[in-house]
Amino acid sequence: MTNNNITKEVSDEFKSVAEINSTKEFSLVKNLKFLLVGIFFGIIFVKAEIISWFRIQEMFRFDSFHMYGVIGTAVVVGVISVFIIKRFKIKTISGDDIKIEPKTFNKGQIYGGLIFGFGWALTGACPGPLFAQIGSGLTVVIVTFLSAVFGTWMYGYLKDKLPH
Amino acid sequence: MLEFIKQPWAWYVAGALIGLTVPTLLILGNKTFGISSSLRHICAACFPSNISYFKYNWKKEAWNLFFVAGVLIGAMIASTFLKDPNAFVVAEKTKAVLQQNNVKDFSHIAPTDIFSWESILTLRGFIFIVLGGFLVGFGTRYAGGCTSGHSIMGLSNLQLPSLIATICFMTGGIFFTWFVLPLILNF
Repeated sequence: MTNNNITKEVSDEFKSVAEINSTKEFSLVKNLKFLLVGIFFGIIFVKAEIISWFRIQEMFRFDSFHMYGVIGTAVVVGVISVFIIKRFKIKTISGDDIKIEPKTFNKGQIYGGLIFGFGWALTGACPGPLFAQIGSGLTVVIVTFLSAVFGTWMYGYLKDKLPH
Repeated sequence: MLEFIKQPWAWYVAGALIGLTVPTLLILGNKTFGISSSLRHICAACFPSNISYFKYNWKKEAWNLFFVAGVLIGAMIASTFLKDPNAFVVAEKTKAVLQQNNVKDFSHIAPTDIFSWESILTLRGFIFIVLGGFLVGFGTRYAGGCTSGHSIMGLSNLQLPSLIATICFMTGGIFFTWFVLPLILNF
């Protein structure tokens, strides 16, 4: 009986620790750095005109090098950065090892990739620029964004029926 | 200095800064760069509807929602305080083709004759604004990522699935732009 009580107390304590942790997940202080990186990113999106529907059209029509240059440079810098992180076993600011989950192939990357390509040509925006377009005052994109949330929901709903 | 920042940024400046987001997020907290996941977290938070794909602890991924909120705020800041005073330039060839296909406005970040509240109720506007958004949300989740998660983060980590996804994004976009858009633009 006493034993049971003790186990209950211990498990309650664990529960409250878990609760504290989960509220912390949403704290502004803990996430401020990610908000700031996002702000920085939003500024780049606008200033490099990546949020422009016309820049995406120029890319798909091969009339401008701009977007190929942006994405290409980003990939080169990213590859070098990840190489350096792995090679010198660089840790996070809190001292943890840096882990990057490998991606596994499934046919979704082909079907979903093509479908996203169609949507990209229409909206002139991948998900990041959607947020940036709204921020820069093109308010009708709120509808595009809500529609994208609905598309995401629809994928979750149909997931098991789709070929992967 | 401010005048310099106000000009449109060159591709190599923007590209390098975007590339640096990859190590920044990793070092700040082991986060892998990816934006379309935020749409999944929004579904999980607001309409999980008992769908297994949306049953996970989305609060653990809250950083991603703060990140996209930042993107929105950053865009507000840039378009308010760092606005380029010069007119927006569109490549001549693209402009000519679009003009032939009934696009009239070239002075904004998107043609406002398509992307405006008034045009949602036209067939053309509905396809671009509503259907387009749906395909972006559905396609990126089906593919397991978007330009950021696959094309930048995935390729940075030399992932073959991400290369396949990127090739499909581009193929889908190029096909649609050349063969389907001219029809829809004339609706």
